[in-house]
Parts: sequence; C-alpha cells; structure tokens
Amino acid sequence: MPRFSIPEQELVYSGHVACPGCGGGLAIRYMLKALGPRTIVSIPACCWAITSGPFPRTALKVPTLDTAFETTGASISGLRAALDALGMKDITVVGYAGDGGTADIGIQALSGMIERNTDAIYFMYDNEAYMNTGIQRSSATPFGAWTTTTPADMDGTWKTEPKKSMMAIVVAHKIPYAATVSIGFPEDFVRKVERAKSIKGSRFIHAFCPCPPGWKYSPENTIKLAKLGVNTNVFPLYEVENGVYKITMKPSKPRPVKEYLGTQGRFKHLTDEMIAQIQERTDKTWNNLLALEGFSKEHPYCGL
Amino acid sequence: MKTYKTYADLPGAPIADVPSQEESTAGWRTTRPVLDPKNCTKCYLCWKYCPDTAISVNDEGWPVIRYEHCKGCGICATECPKECIVMEKEV
Amino acid sequence: MAKVVMTGNYAQSYASKLARAQVVAAYPITPQTSIVEKIADFVSSGEMETQFIKVESEHSAMQVCISAAALGARSYTATSSQGLLLMHELLFWAAGQRAPIIMGIINRAVAPPWSIWTDHTDSMAQRDTGWIQYYCESNQEVLDTVLQAYKVAEDPEIRLPVMVMEDAFYLSHTIEAVDVPPQGAVDAYIPLKRSPWVLDIEKPTRMGSFMGPDIYMEYRYIVAKAMQESRKVIVEADEDYGRRFGRSYGGLLPTYRCDDADVVLLTIGTASCTAKEVVDELRKEGKKVGLARMRVFRPFPEEEIARLASSVRAIGVVDRSWGFGYAGTMFTEVAGALYKSKSKPLMKDYITGIGGRDITPQVLRGIYLDLLKVREGDEEMEWWGLRRPEKEVKHNA
Repeated sequence: MPRFSIPEQELVYSGHVACPGCGGGLAIRYMLKALGPRTIVSIPACCWAITSGPFPRTALKVPTLDTAFETTGASISGLRAALDALGMKDITVVGYAGDGGTADIGIQALSGMIERNTDAIYFMYDNEAYMNTGIQRSSATPFGAWTTTTPADMDGTWKTEPKKSMMAIVVAHKIPYAATVSIGFPEDFVRKVERAKSIKGSRFIHAFCPCPPGWKYSPENTIKLAKLGVNTNVFPLYEVENGVYKITMKPSKPRPVKEYLGTQGRFKHLTDEMIAQIQERTDKTWNNLLALEGFSKEHPYCGL
Repeated sequence: MKTYKTYADLPGAPIADVPSQEESTAGWRTTRPVLDPKNCTKCYLCWKYCPDTAISVNDEGWPVIRYEHCKGCGICATECPKECIVMEKEV
Repeated sequence: MAKVVMTGNYAQSYASKLARAQVVAAYPITPQTSIVEKIADFVSSGEMETQFIKVESEHSAMQVCISAAALGARSYTATSSQGLLLMHELLFWAAGQRAPIIMGIINRAVAPPWSIWTDHTDSMAQRDTGWIQYYCESNQEVLDTVLQAYKVAEDPEIRLPVMVMEDAFYLSHTIEAVDVPPQGAVDAYIPLKRSPWVLDIEKPTRMGSFMGPDIYMEYRYIVAKAMQESRKVIVEADEDYGRRFGRSYGGLLPTYRCDDADVVLLTIGTASCTAKEVVDELRKEGKKVGLARMRVFRPFPEEEIARLASSVRAIGVVDRSWGFGYAGTMFTEVAGALYKSKSKPLMKDYITGIGGRDITPQVLRGIYLDLLKVREGDEEMEWWGLRRPEKEVKHNA
C-alpha cells in the first residue's frame, strides 16, 4: 500500500476549470481531504464559484451551495442552524471564500458569524486580489503590488496600502481557533484543518494561494512561491488557539524578500529602495509575531 | 452529458449533479508531463501538488498521470526531487 | 379556538410559532422589533423550538434563511423599509433558488427623510424579485395569511418565497382579538415535508452554479411559470383554510359591494377597512360605489381586474407608493391589466397616505366623490391631499 503524508481520499473532481497551476485549487483539495465527505461547502462569488464549469457540473464530491458575494459568514450560519434544527450533528459546515469576499465585501457577515461563535469553519483562500474578475486590488493585496486597478505605471500607483491582517481581526473576536496555512506545506495545512474540524465554535483558516495569472509567474512555480512566501516570512505560518499564538514554522535562516518578490511580474517595478522597505516591514511583522507568541502564553488574546 | 432540449428537462431548482470529471481539460495543454519511473522513490509529491487531481497512484504504488485532466501546468515536473518528469511540447 | 388580544406583529410571531418555523433569523428595525422580541420570548420559555439566529444585518438574516432553506429547514424572518431594501439582492437569490421562506414585512416609508410611518414603497420596490406578496388589512388576517403563505410557498409546484405585509402601526402596534387556531389543526394544514430540491449530505450536488445562455432562460422560465401557477394555489390555500378554520379572504382580489357598482376603488392594506365603511355610507346615500382590495399583488390578479372592469364605469386606484418618474405602482399595473380587456373603464390614480399620512374616512369619501365625477379626458393622476401653494390649487366647479 502506498504511504501518503496527507489523506488519500479525493473530494475534488478532476475536470474543473481552474487555471493551470491554481493555488486555490490545491487549497480546496487539501481542505476537503482534511474535512472528509460529511462536509457542506458554501461558496460565494470567487474563482471557485465558476471552476465547476457550467450547470449541471459540480467539481466537489460534497454538497455545495452557491451564494452572493458578501454572504459567506451568514450562509454558513444558516447551514449550521438548519443542520441543528434537523438534528444532523455530525456534519462540518465550511465557507470557502476568496480574499475579496472575506476581507472586503464579506467582512461584516464574517464578523457577525464569529461574534455569534457559529459552529462552522470559515476558510479564506487568499490570492491577494480579485482574480476572478481580472486582478483588481483587494484589501488583501500586499504593499507594492501591481494589479489592474493599481497599474504601477508611475510611482505611487501600485498598491500603496499594507495588506489587511485578517488573522488579527478574527482573533480580536476571541475566536476559538484561527490558523494560517500555505499550499506549499500540505502536511501542516491538513493538520491545521483537521485541528479546526475537531474544535467547536467558529474557526478561521487563512490560506496562502499563489495565482499564476494574477501574480504574473509561470504556473509550474506555484509551489515554489507558496514555500518562498513562508520562508521569507512574508506569510508566516501560525495558529491561534484560545488566544494563544503558536508559530508552526520558523525558518532558521529566512530568505530575503527579494527572492520572493523578484520571481513575480506583479512586483517587477519595485526599486531596491522599495524592496528594502518591504524587507523592513516583513521583519517588523515577524518580530511582532514572535513577541505575540511569547506574550499570549500568559495573556491569551493579548489580555484584551 | 445531460442535454436539455426544453425547460421541462431542467430540475425545479438550480441543482447541478454531474461530476466535472466528465469534462476533459486535455485540450488546455501546450506541454505534457512525461513520467519515467526509473528513479521514482514513490514520494508522491507529484500526486500531492497536482491542482487538477490528475495524478493518481496505481495498485503497485506508481504515480500515473491522467492526461484527460492534466492541464500541463508543470508543477509535478518542477517539484519532482528526482527529475523523473519532463515537460514535452504538445504537438 | 382561543381568542388572544394581540398586535399585528404578535400575529406574525404566533403564526411563525404555529408553523413550527425551524430557523428564524432577524435584525431589529422599527416597527418590526416586537415580532422578534415575541419569538425570543417563545424560544426562551420553551414554547417554540427553533434555531433563532440574531444576525448582524437584515442582509445576513435573509442569507441565513436562504441557506437554511437550501437544506430543507422551514424558515421565517421579518423586516421593514430600509431593512427590506438592504435585502434586495438576496430576494432574487431566494426566489431563484426556490427557497420557500416566509417573511413578515411591516410596510414603512423609505428614507430620506427618515420616517417610521407606513407606506408601501418598500415592498412595491420588490415587485420583480420573484416573491409572492400578500397585503393584510387586519391582525387576524396577518396570522391566517402567514399560515396560508407556508401552504403556498411549500407547494411542490410553487416553491417560492412569500412576503406577508402589514401597515406600520395601523396593524403592527394596534391590538385586536385574534383567533389562534389549535396547533394540531395547523400541523395538519401545513405538515413539514422534505422537498426534493434541497441539498442532501448523502447525494453531493451543487445548488446555484452558473448557467450558460443555452439554458439560463429556460431556468428563469421555470421560476416565472411557478409564479403564474401560484394564482390557483393561493386561491386553493385560502379556500382550504376556510374549510378548516372558518376564515377565508376571497383569494387575490376580494371585492366589496361591486356587483352593481358604477365606480370601484382599488385599495391595499388597512385603507381597505376604512374604505368599506365609506362604501356603506355612500351606498346609503344612493351612490353605486364598490371596493376591491389588492390582497395579493404578486402574482398580479389580472383576470380578477379584467372581470371587475367589465361592469364598471371607472376604477380609482389608491396608491400608497409612488414610482418615481411615472405613476403609482398599483396604477400602472392595473392599467396594464386592462390593456387586453375588452371594456376599458376610466381610471384615476390617487396618490395618498404617503409616509403615514392618515387615510381617513373623509379622505376616502372625497376620493369616491371625485371618482364618481371622472370624465373622459380628466387628469388621470392626483397627489390627493397634497398641501399645494394657493396658486396651484384647482378650484373644481
């Protein structure tokens, strides 16, 4: 028998129409491997609203509900309420939403859902822009990036604001469990989703999902970038359980951010000065995270 | 594939139930991965990292590329630590 | 049957309890709040078994109901005015998904300027969303109609969401003795049944995925057809209710003293009860006037209106809403229904009662007297009771 490091069962059908090298495609595949077949998925407007292909096709081997862009938090609340009302207790409810659907238009419903401590998982697959509509900036787009609405053809027309920290926002709700994952590290990814599944109440997963057409790189490099994002500390892997931070991967020698930025067309306009600035911001955030890890042991949710 | 000649053939709610695997995405490829298992150590990284679930593992434990659904992204070739997979131009 | 003195809002709460709504989601807005407060009481006292989700917006209230309905749970919500407008996008979603949600609407004017008083702009603006719309004239009718609404909405051929309207304060906060039917009889009238058109954990399907131009139109036609066919089901549900509970309301367009009427006024909501008093009064004076009440606005009672038109000289429409840029919302619909009817009575649109302005017996008496005088070529539209500058006031001979 072959030995696999992540569950063998496939709950995503082949034949879906995600782009070649789609990071979001791997995220949903790993997510469902961890959650298993007794799962119901709610999907708002996002790439995965269309990747099944047109009616009557479905790309998932679990029941799937399509909903409006801004509704995921409310939708998974409704699914959970119905399951509770119908006495179906053993089913996991998960919302699979993009960064725009989570950090922008869906943030109210997400906040409401977590504040009510709805027993469901909210999974944000983050490709750092509105990719389904053609690469427009979202609040999860990182500082310095080109998108079609931050054209970077002149100084200061790139994304000038930092990426919104969804983890900080959900932890501020006193969520029982929140974690970051990267598709470059499937074992860590699956372990965290399995951990999330075992906990009652609201859970949030933030998944780092490189996007070849949106980030302007060749699709064979999806995994390389997914790892490099972590190994440069641009996207640290950590989890927050009951308010206690735990960094799950600490690169012994973090790679310079330049290695990560330099392989993507969306950053090709960056000057050395800007890259240095991004390096500085990255180091600062990483140090803050290290500090949080220490502090939150004694002061869960940082004592707030 | 189901066909819908008239509205009466459609379900009463927009409920889709045909697995996407009935659709081939082979035509998307410009390059195809070719696997030579000579040096394969059965690490299954290729299986693990395929975004199209287009690599399966056969009864003997060898990875098998299912070309019907491979889009030719090249991740498997890039990630294979033993360089067992090469991308060849589709003709 | 037990009579309970209650507001129109409590009539909604009692009805949702009698219907055994399995999921209730709501967000507070004046004047809807007492509906959900009462439901909260029912739930906390153990009288009502429901998943009561206290959401952070009306928008989420509607989505909770839509998602709950996708799994086959019976759901209920209630809102008003701005809350209903916020839901607008999702109202289409509910109908397109064939989600038989029942929603109580307290008709309240739309801002700006802020107003908490009644008019029908909020729900009229949802005309094309695929929801069946009932407008009630009494608290008893509110309770009975919510139950009828479940019967219609969950009919396997219909599967459409339903709004049950009541006028702000005139019903929502006014008490009346209401017959509360026994639970067993309600259970028999609207038994909980599972629809085939829901998500099932044992059978993975996807609900709502996109359709190409080759079939989207056919699917929308299915929804349109269900709405057309609901006319019959609405009438049947009302008659069945009458047989079981001793009350029915005359289907889509109940009429009052219309048989030999020269002119008929078409009203909606609570103005209708007032109008009946005025009809009686005018009849005593020998004036042949009648009344038709738009109980159901969607689906539109076009046949009933055509029948009415065949025997009257003029139809007046009392519109408690205004469609900017054209006319009162009901008026245009009624005029449209008459296009293909052989007889075309004169018509006049009376825009009145906007933003809670009282529609008193005197107001309606004035409208009836005006309608009796209507001649070919007269103005077809009037903001009745509008306070105009002196130079604009027409002095009728």
